[in-house]
Amino acid sequence: MANKFVEWIDARIPMTKTWNIHLAEYPAPKNFNFWYLFGVLAMLVLVNQILTGVWLTMNYVPSAEGAFASVEYIMRDVEYGWLLRYMHSTGASAFFVVVYLHMFRGMLYGSYQKPRELLWLFGMFIFLVLMAEAFMGYLLPWGQMSYWGAQVIISLFGAIPVIGDDLTLWIRGDYVISGATLNRFFALHVIALPLVLVILVFLHIIALHEVGSNNPDGVPIKKPKGSVPDEEKPKFKFHERFTKKYDIVDAIPFYPYYIVKDLIGIGIFLFLFCYVIFFMPEMGGFFLEPPNFEPANPLKTPEHIAPVWYFTPFYAILRAVPDKLFGVILMFASIVLLALLPWLDRGRVRSIRYRSVLHKLNLAVFSVSFLILGYLGTQPATPTATLFAQIFTFLYFAFFVLLFFYSKREKTKPVPERVTS
Amino acid sequence: MSNAPVDKGRRRFLTVATGVVGGAGAVGVAVPFIASWNPSAKAKNAGAPVEVNIAKAEPGQMIRVKWRGKPVWVVRRSPEMLDGLKSHEDRLRDPNSEEPQQPSYASNEYRAIKKEFFVAVGICTHLGCSPSYLPQEMGEHVEGVEAGFFCPCHGSSYDIAGRVFQGVPAPLNLVVPPHYYVDDNTILVGEDKGQA
Repeated sequence: MANKFVEWIDARIPMTKTWNIHLAEYPAPKNFNFWYLFGVLAMLVLVNQILTGVWLTMNYVPSAEGAFASVEYIMRDVEYGWLLRYMHSTGASAFFVVVYLHMFRGMLYGSYQKPRELLWLFGMFIFLVLMAEAFMGYLLPWGQMSYWGAQVIISLFGAIPVIGDDLTLWIRGDYVISGATLNRFFALHVIALPLVLVILVFLHIIALHEVGSNNPDGVPIKKPKGSVPDEEKPKFKFHERFTKKYDIVDAIPFYPYYIVKDLIGIGIFLFLFCYVIFFMPEMGGFFLEPPNFEPANPLKTPEHIAPVWYFTPFYAILRAVPDKLFGVILMFASIVLLALLPWLDRGRVRSIRYRSVLHKLNLAVFSVSFLILGYLGTQPATPTATLFAQIFTFLYFAFFVLLFFYSKREKTKPVPERVTS
Repeated sequence: MSNAPVDKGRRRFLTVATGVVGGAGAVGVAVPFIASWNPSAKAKNAGAPVEVNIAKAEPGQMIRVKWRGKPVWVVRRSPEMLDGLKSHEDRLRDPNSEEPQQPSYASNEYRAIKKEFFVAVGICTHLGCSPSYLPQEMGEHVEGVEAGFFCPCHGSSYDIAGRVFQGVPAPLNLVVPPHYYVDDNTILVGEDKGQA
């Protein structure tokens, strides 16, 4: 009976085939480690954001008069409203935690290198849309930090010569941030950007399954057809789409093996996630900032304004430059350079395991700079803080410049033929 | 069905013509979507001028009013503040107010119509935060300058005439809005004198 039903479906839509190609008969390298959890965690958080987001819209009032009060209403009077909101606000920060770790994994193991350039670019677009989504979502509670944070970010576009002022007026829809801005951000935050995000995630996965996953050794698991003796091939059935042109080695099917592994990771993640939701939803002012518990006041800027933690590295770069236009350019450049990694890294060896000491150092300095910039972005702009921000901004950019030059003639260790386990 | 040979030139012409007409249509359709983001008629009308009563302002005091949704400051400057303006001109980006950040009647060394009263839009020219007014504690940010405005967001500093210091992110002096004295005790912000 069940079989008949599946046959009926399969004759009309490729259900079983899709399941097999993407899960049950999809060859994933057998040596994935801890770092390979963050992709699936990002998808989990996306589902959490969409689900809680839809429920929040049921009680949220998108207007300058009603927004702040409706968020308080959700927190106090709506049944479990506090939980839905904290799941959403903590989810926003969790999204960036897992996405930053996911991106760092790509840098560790050279997952952006040929042939995964487009996969990396889709990922960077996801990151951009995610930042826009988070920024617009942060305006919606209409607190002091919502208001002044949005004021600063929209003003960034005012730095563009000639059209800057008209452009900011167009984005705001008013001479200052007002209800008009709030309403359009609401529309973009709940409809337009999530739609784009879901489409991009779909493309990201399709691109991944076309080229196949990289792995911690950066060694391909696709070997030329006929080059591998049968006894060395894994004893699993992979879809002919993958085995037609290549001999697959050192792989296991994504389902059930990696699904089970991911479930463990998901379990641990949910522990941490719930701990934050229930015991420290404001995360000491990093997830929800204290001034945001005051309604927006267009006449008074809070004493110290800082964006939410996930924007602070870029914000520190912006502040480090004592020139408006150049600061904005440098901030955007810090993201564009990441997107260009597949072309800036001219090396052939993917994984950090087999790359030079210089590369390891360079990546370490880059990571530390990113973290320190993130910290500096949360601090007031004192002359000392600015000086440090300038030093670490320099180191952040130096990573890309150095990489471009040494990667061509890098002294690497010998790369093994097959993945190590 | 006609068996006449395919006229490729004609087919290409039709394809291109369809594409051009369709493209023009798509551009036309984009207009309302883009234009609807501009300020509405209601938002434009909200820009009416506001009156400020300065009769009770003490020296050193600041009055804040809202014009077009923005904070506008009226500061009654003490004689010491005015005297201090000369001392740091070499450290300013635009000491003589050459950039058009003020109406012509405020384009003087005090950036004001009457030097005692400084009127400015309280929005930092960097990224739009509202700077703090520091009538005495400005020295913490700029050495030897007693009074001024300090932006908490990115550390831009202005003197008590709203002139920006060098080496800070803000590029320009604070904006002086159009304004005039209706009588000795009242300033109208948002209109030039004699404007309808």
